[in-house]
Amino acid sequence: MAIKLYGTAASTATLRAKACLAEKGLDYEFVNVNMSNKEHKTPEFLSRNPFGQVPAFEDGDLKLFESRAITQYLAHAYPDNGTNLIIHDPKKMAIVGVWIEVESQKFDQFGSKLAWELAYKPMFGLTTDDAAVEENEKKLEQVLDVYESRLSESKYLGGDCFTLADLHHLPVLKFLFGTKAKRLFDARPHVSAWAADIQSRPAWVKAITA
Amino acid sequence: MVVKVYGPIQAACPQRVLACLFEFGVDFELITVDLDSNEHKQPDFLQKQPFGQVPVVEDGEFRLFESRAIIRYYATKYGDKNRNLYGTTLEEKALVDQWLEVEAHHFNDMVYTIVLQKLVIPKMGGRTDFDLVHNCEKKLEQVFDIYEQRLSKNNYLAGNWFTLADLSHLPGIRYLMNECELGHLVRDRKKVNLWWDDISNRPAWKKVMQMFNGQG
Repeated sequence: MAIKLYGTAASTATLRAKACLAEKGLDYEFVNVNMSNKEHKTPEFLSRNPFGQVPAFEDGDLKLFESRAITQYLAHAYPDNGTNLIIHDPKKMAIVGVWIEVESQKFDQFGSKLAWELAYKPMFGLTTDDAAVEENEKKLEQVLDVYESRLSESKYLGGDCFTLADLHHLPVLKFLFGTKAKRLFDARPHVSAWAADIQSRPAWVKAITA
Repeated sequence: MVVKVYGPIQAACPQRVLACLFEFGVDFELITVDLDSNEHKQPDFLQKQPFGQVPVVEDGEFRLFESRAIIRYYATKYGDKNRNLYGTTLEEKALVDQWLEVEAHHFNDMVYTIVLQKLVIPKMGGRTDFDLVHNCEKKLEQVFDIYEQRLSKNNYLAGNWFTLADLSHLPGIRYLMNECELGHLVRDRKKVNLWWDDISNRPAWKKVMQMFNGQG
């Protein structure tokens, strides 16, 4: 199979790539990377991602890492497959690009730390740091306030349609919604509606259950 | 119509955008935003950039923020006019995006923390957390080791031509080499050193530096 994705189901970055593959309806081979055995630090895996992180990706001869580079590639390389995740008008796509950066630089920074404290640490039998939770919740709330304002004017973050700018949030949302951090989203009506909408997309549901 | 760029010349993210605009010969006007007096947190500015950060770009009625979104837009818009900074094929573009993500996540987070701890916090009367700085420095050593490996196979990060992925590093490495006194991270690595000398001597970056030095 031409498309291969190397990663694990528990990794938000792997799920980001899986979400995109599911929205595009593309066939691919999923290769599980055994992180508890430190497979991601083996020379073989490091040749796929020198930073020793999941996911890694191939499409024929093209080898990539960094989930947001993988999703951008898929969205541009397979425009006619499945859901269109980009916009062809350059100015409208630039606005999508802005919110892709916002997720990458702002939402993910605090959202991932919260997911680590509230979702991952309990999974690994580690103790949640309440001070870190409080600090990151405060910062995430400031970001969500901006989202609330944006989503009161725009149906999706990048514009009128669901795009990569929304999709990139799905994995962290999945983990946060299973924790007390869900209340931060519930407290903001437009954010809450948007989060419910994107998480109910059939492709996403399939990506996390497959 | 001249593109307006809002932000101080001293800040890394506006420099990233200006480097890109100079590469494509786009006329612009830099409108300084006084971060020291919190101008970026005032309602007028928040209308332009709801996170209260620089830069913002206004191109006629069209407004953008997030420096890496801005440079991608202009590289796509002017890609044919000059050497292409964003790749000519899907595969080339994917590699540029990959190394831009590396800069944004692996490199920038460390540089940002070091600059905050060594420069910004003391200026505000606080104390530098040297343990944190040291940890960031150690992580940057690993990042630069990977760059050294990559640059042993390619002249530039995304391939054999200069792209946004290289450009995006210019402001951060400048900080490391100067105020942060961590130049050894670059100088100790043969290929990284060559690469830095190459990209920092590009005319576009030199113009950014002229503006930077002109304002002291």
